[in-house]
Amino acid sequence: MIEIKDLHKSYKMGSNSLHVLKGLNFSIAEGELVAIMGSSGSGKSTLLNILGMLDEADSGTYDLDGVPIKNLNETKAAKYRNRFLGFIFQSFNLINYKSAMENVALPLYYQKVPRKEREEKALKYLAQVGLKEWAGHLPNELSGGQKQRVAIARALAAEPKVLMADEPTGALDSKTSYEVMDLIQKINDEGNTILVVTHEEDIAHMCKRIVHLKDGVIVEDKKVEQVRAAQYVK
Amino acid sequence: MNFIFDRNTWQEIFGSISKNKIRTVITVVGVLWGIFIYIALSGAAKGMDNGFESMFESIARNSMFVWGQNTSMPNEGYKTGRQMQLKLDDAVMIQNRIPEVEFIAPRNVRGFFGTPPANIGRNNKTGSYSLFGDFPAFTKIAPKKIYDGGRFINDEDIAQSRKVAVIGERTQKELFDKDENPIGGYFKIDDVYFQVIGVHKYEPSGGFGGDGDIFIPFSTFKKLYNTGDNVGWFSIAAYDNVDVIKVEENIKSLLKNLHHVHPDDDRAFGSFNLGEQFNKIVGFADGITFLSLIVGIATILAGVIGIGNILLISVKERTKELGVRRALGATPAEVRNQIILESVFLTVIAGIMGIILGALALAGISSATQDIDFPYTNPTVPIPYVIGALVIMVVLGTLIGLIPAQRAVSIKPIDALREE
Repeated sequence: MIEIKDLHKSYKMGSNSLHVLKGLNFSIAEGELVAIMGSSGSGKSTLLNILGMLDEADSGTYDLDGVPIKNLNETKAAKYRNRFLGFIFQSFNLINYKSAMENVALPLYYQKVPRKEREEKALKYLAQVGLKEWAGHLPNELSGGQKQRVAIARALAAEPKVLMADEPTGALDSKTSYEVMDLIQKINDEGNTILVVTHEEDIAHMCKRIVHLKDGVIVEDKKVEQVRAAQYVK
Repeated sequence: MNFIFDRNTWQEIFGSISKNKIRTVITVVGVLWGIFIYIALSGAAKGMDNGFESMFESIARNSMFVWGQNTSMPNEGYKTGRQMQLKLDDAVMIQNRIPEVEFIAPRNVRGFFGTPPANIGRNNKTGSYSLFGDFPAFTKIAPKKIYDGGRFINDEDIAQSRKVAVIGERTQKELFDKDENPIGGYFKIDDVYFQVIGVHKYEPSGGFGGDGDIFIPFSTFKKLYNTGDNVGWFSIAAYDNVDVIKVEENIKSLLKNLHHVHPDDDRAFGSFNLGEQFNKIVGFADGITFLSLIVGIATILAGVIGIGNILLISVKERTKELGVRRALGATPAEVRNQIILESVFLTVIAGIMGIILGALALAGISSATQDIDFPYTNPTVPIPYVIGALVIMVVLGTLIGLIPAQRAVSIKPIDALREE
């Protein structure tokens, strides 16, 4: 599904150049649930941004579902993001003047899905994350966990090939974190490919594979025994 | 350009502006105020313009009066200080020699220029009024509105020196009873019986004249007061498209020639050029209209810049939202179009509201100035002005919307999302 080869990325900071990614190679197959771990500054967010086409690598190749991702202009990147990727952010990034349902329907709007169909789909995905009754509520009427579940529903709504979660539990307490991870696991169980960037060990171990980044290189890439989050959720 | 007609686009825009109410209201007020000022000002200017127009309605706009005075230079053996007396023949000469003259009406009067007013009476009612001896051509120069059933002096009246008179509203009121039809009624002018043929409606026209004036045929006047071929003054109307000042000069030099006056003698004949005065006032009204146009457009401009400003701030405020939208797959074009359409939509809505409020204000001014003595009639704004203002607003709204839109697009989605 995802295939990267010799990925380099550096940032210019004044006169210094900061080499963040130093030649990464890995591939992710369909249906995997991968955690990308690393302390801050390890380059994990940069990697996710490149995978999410929000940023571009300096060199190396990146193929997503067999499509080479390179030399994208903004318009093309936007279209690919819309078709291939679903984002889940640490700070939820819901649009605060739109109701939960409207937020979930937004990616579909950019897919030019008619309004009626959009709303039906949005409700379906809200139901999947257990928030059907909250469809008409604005984000600030929801708890942190609920907001993240709305964000997950929004990421799912576009029916993307890969879900990318950037510290999805970073702003949540551990109980809510496990609820969110439980949801992510269930979504993965249905065959969706999911990438989770995290620095929390317990969250990483709820995935099926952990890619450990340190100072811009992969130091460890191992399959793990998945810890089901459901056992922590009462 | 399909997105403009896409219902979804508008739902999205409407959602965005209806859910940011304060921002929307402040934005709208700026432009609304601008267009309101524009409509109110240009309407008021137009009202004044109309007011002047109607003030001069009762007299031909390119008309003038010419009368005789005293010479100030000796000429051809005549000494200075000779009194000039206009004659009926002069009118014929002017009409024949100066092609720019459309109508010329020799006039005589009692009650002005040192002559005593005519004494009139009916039964035991008496009064003294100004009395004019006129030709039918006079109404071509200074149209008189005659009440139904009546008429002005005609050629037959002149030819037969009929003892007929057109009286004023006030004369009618004082000589006749309220329910009495004055037409065909008789009354005395300086002990001679005249028959009423019409009642004229008084309209202030800037010149002399009143609501009691009585008009009789020139030939009858001549017999009544023994004035011979003497003429008090000429009322002259030139054709519409000629230079009235030039015509005035030509007439005076012709008269000087006919009356053996030195060509450089400026005192022999007096004249008053209404056309010239009218042009000055029209120029003034045009100036006011122009000024109001400039002020109005400047105010609209200020309003539109206000919209641009608020949108620019709101783009900054919405950086994250726009970043999220782009992460979810909004193309830069879609983001740009949304901002521009928001701008145009707000401008147009505000503009239409401003036009409606402006129209209401003009209606208010109109009814408030209905009965006061001020040259102000029917304040309106011509439709092309309104449409022009709307077009200006749409164009400016688009242009000014481009700035925040460009800014929104220039921020990379990743930077937008990183911003906390």
